[in-house]
Amino acid sequence: MSSPKRIGKIEFGLLSPKAIRDMSVCKVIWPDTYDDDGFPYPKGLMDPNLGVIDPGLRCKTCGQKQGDCPGHFGHIDLAKPVIHVGYTRLIRKLLRVTCRKCGRLLLDLDEIERFSALEDDPYSAETIGEKDIKKERVCPYCGDQQFKINFEKPTSFVEIVTETGKDDMAHKTEHKLTSADIRERLEMIADGDLCLLGIDPTVARPEWTILTVLPVPPVTVRPSIILENGQRSEDDLTHKLVDIIRINQRFKENQDAGAPQLIIEDLWELLQYHVTTYLDNEVAGCPPARHRSGRPLKTLSQRLKGKDGRFRGSLSGKRVNFSARTVISPDPNLSIGEVGVPLDIVNEMSVPVRATKQNIEDIRSMIRIGPNRPTPRHPCGANYVNRPDGRRIRLIAGPEGNCDAVAEMIEPGWGIDRQLRDGDIVLFNRQPSLHRMSIMSHRIKVMNGRTFRLNPAVCPPYNADFDGDEMNLHVLQTEESRAEAELLIAVQENILSPRFGGPIIGGLHDHISGIFLLTNQMKWYSKSQFLYLLKYTNLEHLPEPGKIEDNVPYWNNKQAFSVILPEDINMFYKATCCRNCDVCTKDTHCPHDAYVRIVDGRLLSGTIDKKSVGAMDGAILNRIIRLHGVRRARDYIDDLTKLSIRAIMLNGFSYGINDTDLGKEEYKQIRDVLDKAEADVAQRISIYGQGHLEPMPGRTQEETLEMQVMKELGKARDRTGEIASRHLGFENSAVVMAVSGARGSMLNMAQMAGCIGQQAVRGERIVRGYEDRTLPHFKRGDKGSDAHGFVRNSYKSGLTPTEFFFHAIGGREGLVDTAVRTSQSGYLQRRMINALQDLKVAYDGTVRSTGGKIIQFKYGEDGTDPAKSASGLPVDVKGIAESVLKEAV
Amino acid sequence: MTRLNVLLHEMVPIHQIMTQEEVASLLADYDIIEEHLPKMYHDDPAVKACGAKPGMVIRITRKSQTAGEATSYRLVVRQPKK
Repeated sequence: MSSPKRIGKIEFGLLSPKAIRDMSVCKVIWPDTYDDDGFPYPKGLMDPNLGVIDPGLRCKTCGQKQGDCPGHFGHIDLAKPVIHVGYTRLIRKLLRVTCRKCGRLLLDLDEIERFSALEDDPYSAETIGEKDIKKERVCPYCGDQQFKINFEKPTSFVEIVTETGKDDMAHKTEHKLTSADIRERLEMIADGDLCLLGIDPTVARPEWTILTVLPVPPVTVRPSIILENGQRSEDDLTHKLVDIIRINQRFKENQDAGAPQLIIEDLWELLQYHVTTYLDNEVAGCPPARHRSGRPLKTLSQRLKGKDGRFRGSLSGKRVNFSARTVISPDPNLSIGEVGVPLDIVNEMSVPVRATKQNIEDIRSMIRIGPNRPTPRHPCGANYVNRPDGRRIRLIAGPEGNCDAVAEMIEPGWGIDRQLRDGDIVLFNRQPSLHRMSIMSHRIKVMNGRTFRLNPAVCPPYNADFDGDEMNLHVLQTEESRAEAELLIAVQENILSPRFGGPIIGGLHDHISGIFLLTNQMKWYSKSQFLYLLKYTNLEHLPEPGKIEDNVPYWNNKQAFSVILPEDINMFYKATCCRNCDVCTKDTHCPHDAYVRIVDGRLLSGTIDKKSVGAMDGAILNRIIRLHGVRRARDYIDDLTKLSIRAIMLNGFSYGINDTDLGKEEYKQIRDVLDKAEADVAQRISIYGQGHLEPMPGRTQEETLEMQVMKELGKARDRTGEIASRHLGFENSAVVMAVSGARGSMLNMAQMAGCIGQQAVRGERIVRGYEDRTLPHFKRGDKGSDAHGFVRNSYKSGLTPTEFFFHAIGGREGLVDTAVRTSQSGYLQRRMINALQDLKVAYDGTVRSTGGKIIQFKYGEDGTDPAKSASGLPVDVKGIAESVLKEAV
Repeated sequence: MTRLNVLLHEMVPIHQIMTQEEVASLLADYDIIEEHLPKMYHDDPAVKACGAKPGMVIRITRKSQTAGEATSYRLVVRQPKK
């Protein structure tokens, strides 16, 4: 079970000056790159010993050509030591925990015993940290007084020396430590003390964090590019190295000439700055080095860090061939398992096929068609022919082309890259790929146009819409991958979500509205109407007519829906449009037709709506999958979407501004309700003003008032909604959508027709704004409903300016919330994925990491696949009972 | 210092120290070595309360939302300091 090789330990060390000199092939002393003739300066930054970047030349060091030579390091001898920015924290720690005079750890033997738990394993043990040592103490070994050491970003250290003067007063003087001082101190630290600090002195002596010699990376790491005008453009790293060498030279000259201390210090600081920015150009407290154009230079650490850095960008990021991307658009005539692919894409992409005795004639005809298939219905062509010797022949169309000639040449054993055609299996994906349903396999349907087409019913798993979304398509190249794609990730295999054990694919808004309009109450259709409804479904024969009047047969709406159901399905449940009456009539006729009864695949009563067919609900779909499997379920969805769209087209479905109109009487009632509520609020405020308001337990008078006002106004808004809905019935499309669960709610209706209601920020009335008031339109201290964001108008009647402003405040809160939530949940998801990505369920039911470590002794503690569970439960008892008894349980 | 036995709290699952024979059969059942077991620190309050020492294996029987009751096994290891 364990992995074949285990990493025993990883050692992190520092490059010693000796190691840098040993690996160096060239001491770089000239800041120049190329001379006027285009030859590199010897001992310059482009010295031929450092590797080759020009094709045709050979490396002076290893003699290999460009591409084979890995490049070789050089070095620069620095005039004075400089600090490596990456180790400033380590330097600070070491300076603080060791004696400034003798370099010993500032702990006596007892303390070392107490803090360090070295025991037998020196690597697993706890090390001594800065906090273990008290500030400004005396060295236990040499008795020297220690001082506080301050670190100033980015690279300077200051020692605060306290001296007792003649007047017995402590004088504090700041003394800046030079890199050379620091290096001296670090050199003094004993090897044994370093072990206690968690540093292995054989690989990392602390003084190596102060650079005396700088490695120059090979030219292959920083290649220069030649622009169109023939000019050479150097890499950012080379630019930075030029700066370092130039300052280093000047520094040396000044030093040799015996320049004043001030100038030396300035140059030293400048050298430190250049080395710092060479290593990391985004250090806090350090202005970034810039290119002449003003763009900050991309130096060593910038190459590695961040999203486009070496790790996340180059190593973890993968690019693929055989992929396509374009905008998506809907096509309800496709099956949910299909995807419409434009001809342009289909002609470009290919699948390898090997020629055999059996298929060679087909292959020949494909080669003859060549790379330009003219129409979507035309048989597919081929783009390349692969000879057994590994050579590839590109097929070229037209009279000058080679298609016919190559077609004559091929024989079994050759292969071709065949263009895609109807029925080819591909992977389809939409980012962000948050769950496994974000990549599913579809079958291709070649189409005209320039967009991918997909059945709108598969939008929920991809979370796609058609406002400009783009999706990716990947063509599978091997038989194994095609088999896996078909068996594991085909759309129908993913109807049941492992998230909640129910169908994630199902009817959308139109489908739910349509099927609701079709199945609600009892309607009778003539034969032509009935056939109109079922025209595009897999209808094999008409059911017996429901009734015959005057020798004319009629079918009812429930029969139309029953046609697409399997014959052995039995279900009993309350639909979304159930009003939760006090006494449920159940089997006998429900006044709202909300009790669904399906017996032997026939809908006897009830309305089909969101509960039955909606995405993430889909009770019927769920039952069909469990009874007949996913393929039948896919056919059911295809039929359902087609039937429901026919149904919605039977009468049409639209909404306009006058659909929010109410009658005179309703408007008067709404006005009365709101007037009364506002008067009520005003009265409570006056009681509060007099101080007579009875506070609720645990609350102040003010809190009590706010709660009462919110409650009162909320009630008033709901009342207006009731008044409005009394006037609006199923002839109103918004009511249909709200009742069927397709989209929107009765609250949305109330806000359009009745009253928008109280606007809130953090669940309270709006109070922020000016001193004691929300807006200058109100008196200071006004507690009235209108002054704190109560909008008594409806969206239809229009808002007053102050109402509009309050509405914008409330709306903004929602936007901010969503923005914060998405970024937070995105990061949460990323961390989760990183933690769990390598876990798998082993054959013995345990969840294990790649090292064979057990994470869970039984997957999910019960070993159940949530996608195969009944909404989380292992057995669907109700479903089985209903199937057997054929009556409600 | 209060002497509260955490094992008696209703939200703390049952911790039992396993005998060597039990551990051997557990490791054989899952075809693993001790290293592969989930771990818990020797200074975990529940470990201290039941008196387990590093190297021992504890059987934890807890209520589970999905399975009713679930058992898990953890190897007691020394907590590296800090």
